[in-house]
Amino acid sequence: MALKTEPMAEELELFGCIQCGKCTGGCPVARKTVLNIRSLIYQMLVEPEMDVSAHPELWDCTSCFTCVERCPKDVRPAELIIGLRGQLVESGRIPETIGAALMGIFRQGNPSGMAREDRAAWVNGTAVKAAQKGCETLYFVGCIPSYDPRVQVVPRALVKAFAAAGLDFGTLGTEESCCGNEVRRMGEAGLFEMLVEENSELIRGVGASRLVTTSPHCFNTFKNEYSLDGIEVLHYTQLIAELIEQGRLKFSHPPNLPERPSPPELGGTGGGRGKIIVTYHDPCFLGKQNHIFDEPRAILKAIPGVKLVEMDRNRERSLCCEGGGGRMWTEGTNLEERLAFQRVHEAAETGAEILAVACPFCLLTLEDAVKVQGLDDRLQVMDIMELVEMAIDDDE
Amino acid sequence: MEPQPRIGVYICHCGTNIAATVDVEQVAEFASHLPHVVVARHYMYMCSDPGQALITQDIKEQGLNRVVVASCSPTMHEPTFRGATREGGINPYFMQMANIREQCSWVHTDREGATEKAKSLVASAVAKAALLEPLEDREVGVTLGAVVIGGGVAGMVAALDVADAGFPVYLVEKSDHLGGRVADLNRVFPTLELVADLLEPLIERVQTHPNVTVFLNAHVVEVEGYVGNFEVTVGVGSREYGVGNGEDGLGQRPLPNRVGNGGGETSNLEPETHQLSVGSIIVATGYDVFDPHRKPELGYGQYPNVITSLEMERRLAAGDLTGFPKPVRSVAFIQCVGSRDAQVGNLYCSRVCCMYTAKQARLVRELLPEARVTVFFIDVRTFGKGAEEFYDEARAKEVRYRRGNVSEIYRRDGRVVLVAEDTLLGRPIEFEADLVVLAVGMEPRSDTAALSRLLKLPRSADGFFMECHPKLRPVDTVVDGVFLAGCCQGPKDIPDTVAQAKAAASSALIPLIRGTVPVESATAVVEPELCAGCGMCVDVCPYGAPALDPLWGVSRINAVLCKGCGACAVACPSKAIRMQHFTAEQILAQVDALVG
Repeated sequence: MALKTEPMAEELELFGCIQCGKCTGGCPVARKTVLNIRSLIYQMLVEPEMDVSAHPELWDCTSCFTCVERCPKDVRPAELIIGLRGQLVESGRIPETIGAALMGIFRQGNPSGMAREDRAAWVNGTAVKAAQKGCETLYFVGCIPSYDPRVQVVPRALVKAFAAAGLDFGTLGTEESCCGNEVRRMGEAGLFEMLVEENSELIRGVGASRLVTTSPHCFNTFKNEYSLDGIEVLHYTQLIAELIEQGRLKFSHPPNLPERPSPPELGGTGGGRGKIIVTYHDPCFLGKQNHIFDEPRAILKAIPGVKLVEMDRNRERSLCCEGGGGRMWTEGTNLEERLAFQRVHEAAETGAEILAVACPFCLLTLEDAVKVQGLDDRLQVMDIMELVEMAIDDDE
Repeated sequence: MEPQPRIGVYICHCGTNIAATVDVEQVAEFASHLPHVVVARHYMYMCSDPGQALITQDIKEQGLNRVVVASCSPTMHEPTFRGATREGGINPYFMQMANIREQCSWVHTDREGATEKAKSLVASAVAKAALLEPLEDREVGVTLGAVVIGGGVAGMVAALDVADAGFPVYLVEKSDHLGGRVADLNRVFPTLELVADLLEPLIERVQTHPNVTVFLNAHVVEVEGYVGNFEVTVGVGSREYGVGNGEDGLGQRPLPNRVGNGGGETSNLEPETHQLSVGSIIVATGYDVFDPHRKPELGYGQYPNVITSLEMERRLAAGDLTGFPKPVRSVAFIQCVGSRDAQVGNLYCSRVCCMYTAKQARLVRELLPEARVTVFFIDVRTFGKGAEEFYDEARAKEVRYRRGNVSEIYRRDGRVVLVAEDTLLGRPIEFEADLVVLAVGMEPRSDTAALSRLLKLPRSADGFFMECHPKLRPVDTVVDGVFLAGCCQGPKDIPDTVAQAKAAASSALIPLIRGTVPVESATAVVEPELCAGCGMCVDVCPYGAPALDPLWGVSRINAVLCKGCGACAVACPSKAIRMQHFTAEQILAQVDALVG
C-alpha cells in the first residue's frame, strides 16, 4: 500500500532529522533485524510514497523509545513506527496475533481475550476494597498482572505491602480495562482514544489523589498520555520506596527464598543463609522513558540480606527485553535471536542469583530466557515485590 | 511670541513591513488635515538617505519647525530622524516619532483596524509635536581606562590593545594564572604550533606592560555607573561574582602597580578590594567544558578508556597513551558530545571540536603509527582558514572518518564497544576500541548568571552573553560601554576569539579616545517656586540625581546624573518637577488626541 509520505512527515515533524544515526545505532532490534528507523525517516523525507506493507520489520519495534531518548534533535523516531503501524492497522494488514490482542482488548478489556468477570480473580480470597467506594490511592492492576498466573503474585504482594503500610487504597475490580499503552504503540489510535476516554472517566470518578500501577507500561501512558486532572501517577516502585523511606513499610528479616540456586563458585552461598546477590534490570518504560532508576534500587538495598550488584549495561543503557510495543503478541521477523537471551547472560555474569525486575513483561520474557538458556540452576527472575513480600511476610 | 507650529508628517512604508498592513496613503491624507500640519508625505523607507532628505528639504523649503515621523520604534531610528531634523536647521528635539510598526503593523492583521490605529498614533504624535520644546545635546567627560574581566586569550589580547593605545587597563582574572582554557591545550590547529609558544609571549607582554594591572584570584564584586564613568569594585580573594571578601572590615587599599602575578611569583592572596574608575568594560570570561557525565550512555566515568578531548590533550602533551586496560590499537573519536544536542539543551555547534579532533587524530597517528584511528561524526565542519586542508591531511594520514554518531558504549573484556549506525553503509555496527575520546563541546560558564546580574547583561537562548546585534554589532551589548570578547559570547576558535577581542578593544576605545560621552538631554528640572522641599524625589530616584538645597530647602536635580526616567516627576506631590520632553502638557495633549 502506497502511503503519501509528506503529510505524515509533517505531522510527526520529521524534518528536523539530521540523519546522525543515533536512533538506529541505539536501537536494540536493529542489530538483529532489518529495521532501520533512520533509513525509514530518510525515505519519508525524500520519497514521495512509501509501500508500508513492504516493511514487516515495523512489527519488530518494541517501542523501548531508546531512539527517542537519544535523538539530539528532538525528532521522535518511534512515533513514525507507530504512525506506519497505524496505516497497516487501518488497512487490516497486521499480524493475526496482533489483531487478536486488539480484539481481546476491544471485547474483554484485556489483550488475552480473557473474560472480564475474571479480572479480579487474582486477589485469591484477599479482601481488597473497591476503589469506587472512595480511597486515597487507586491501585491500577493491569491486564497481565490480573490474568497471568505467573504475574498474579505481584499484585498480591503489592496489596499485602500496601495493607502492611496502612495505605488507604482500592482497585477498580472487574471494571478495570486495559490502559491502552500497547494499543497506541500497535498503531490502533482509535481504540486507544476510546480507552483513554472510558478509563479517564472511571479513574476520575474514584476521586483518589494518587494512581499507582503494577506495570511501567500502564504508568507511562497514564502519566504521559492521559490528562488525569492533577491525579499523581506513580509506579509501584516509587510508592513502595516512599513507604519504606517514611518507615511505614518495615522489613523483619531477609527474604525467605524457598530455593537458593547460587552456586558457591559464583560467589553465592550454595543455598541457605547469607547475602542474596541480586541484580536489577531497568525496564524501558520505567527507566529510559521515565527516568525512574533510583527507587527500585532503593527498595532492593533496603531489603535485609540483599546485596545489589549492577550489570555493565544498566540504567540508561539497559537492554530491552523485547516485551513492549505489542511484541508480547508477535514474534517479529527474527525468531532465533532474542535480546532477553543476551540479557540473562549479562545478569548471570554478575554472579547474581536473582535477576530482579519491576515490569510484568520483563518478568515473563526474562524468565522464559533463563529457562531456554539453561541458566535456571543459578539464576531466578523475580519481581521486586516478590522479594519484598518474602521479607515482610511473617504471618502467613 | 512663539511662532505658530508648522508640522511636517512622514509616514514610512518600511518596505511592506508597514504598508502591507497599514494604508499609508490614507494615513498621510488623514495627517494632512490635522492642526498645524503643513505637509504630510508617505515614503518607501524614511530612514534611507532620500527619505531623510525629504525631511531636511521640507524644513528648509516649507519653513517647518516640527517634524513627525511615523515608522518604527524610536529605539531603532530616533537618532536617525533627530539627525535629519538637525540637518534641516532646527533643534533635533522638535522631532517626534509615532511607532506604527512594532506597535501597529507587526501586531495586527486587520488592515482597516490597523490603519485606524496608525491614524490615532499619528494624531497623538502631532498633538505632542506642537508642544515640543528645544533641548541641547549634552556630553560628560570620560574616565580614561578599562576593566577587562577574564585573563584568557580574549581578555589578554583585548587588554593589550587598550593598553597599547595608551590607556590604563585592569585585567581581572579569577584563577591564579593567566592563559585561560587555552593553557590546558597542547598544540593548536591547523598549524600544530605548541600552545606554550603561543601563550607565553602573550602572558609575558601582559605582565610587563606598564599600562596593564593584573588582578589574579579576583572577581568583580560590584559595578556602578554608566558608559564613560563606571565604578568597578574588584575583590582579590573573592570567590564569586558580586560577593566581596566578607564583612571582616577590610577597607580599600591604595592601588599597587601589580596585584598578584602569574608565573611563580608569590600571589597576593590576602583578601582586599579595589575601587576602579574606568570608561569601558570588556567581558572575556570564556566558557565551561561540557561534562560528559550528562551523557551516561557513553560510559564516561565508568570506563577508564573513555576520556575527554581535554584529557587527551594532556596525554598527547606527555606523548603517553599507555595505562589503559589494553594496549591502544584502536582509537575512536566521538564528535558532538554535548553540542547540537537537544537532550542536554545545547542546540548549538561548538565550532572547535571537528578541528581539534582532526588534530588529535593526526597526532595519534604519529604517536602510534600502528593504531587504527576512527572518527565518528555527524557532519565535519572545517570553516576556518587552513581548516579543510588540515582535514584533508588527516584523511591522507589514514584517519578513518565514519558517518554516524555513537549511540551507546559498553564494555567487552578490556575493550569498549561503540554501538552506532554507519549511516553511509546504512547498517548498525558494533565497533571495538581500546580508547575512546569524547569531543566535548563548550557551554556557558556556570557563573554567567551571576555576572549577567552584576552587569545587567542579557543572555541569548543558548545561555551565552547576548551581543547587541548578531551581524552588525557583534561585540557590543545592550549596556553602553560594556563589550564582549571570546567564548563568553558563544563558542569560537582562537583566531575568531582574537579577532573579536581586538574588535571589543577597538569599540571600548571609542569613548576613551573621544573623551566625552553623550548623556540624556531630556532630564527632569525643578521649578523652585513650586517645590515644598519634601524630598520625595530624593527617595525615589535610582540614580541619586536630586538633592535638597541646604540653603533654600528646595530640590535641585543634577543633570549629569539624571537619566530622564521621570520617577521624580511622578512622585512630586507639588507638581514642581518637570520632565523635559515628556511634560504633563505634552502627554495630556497626546492622550486627548487618542481619546478625543
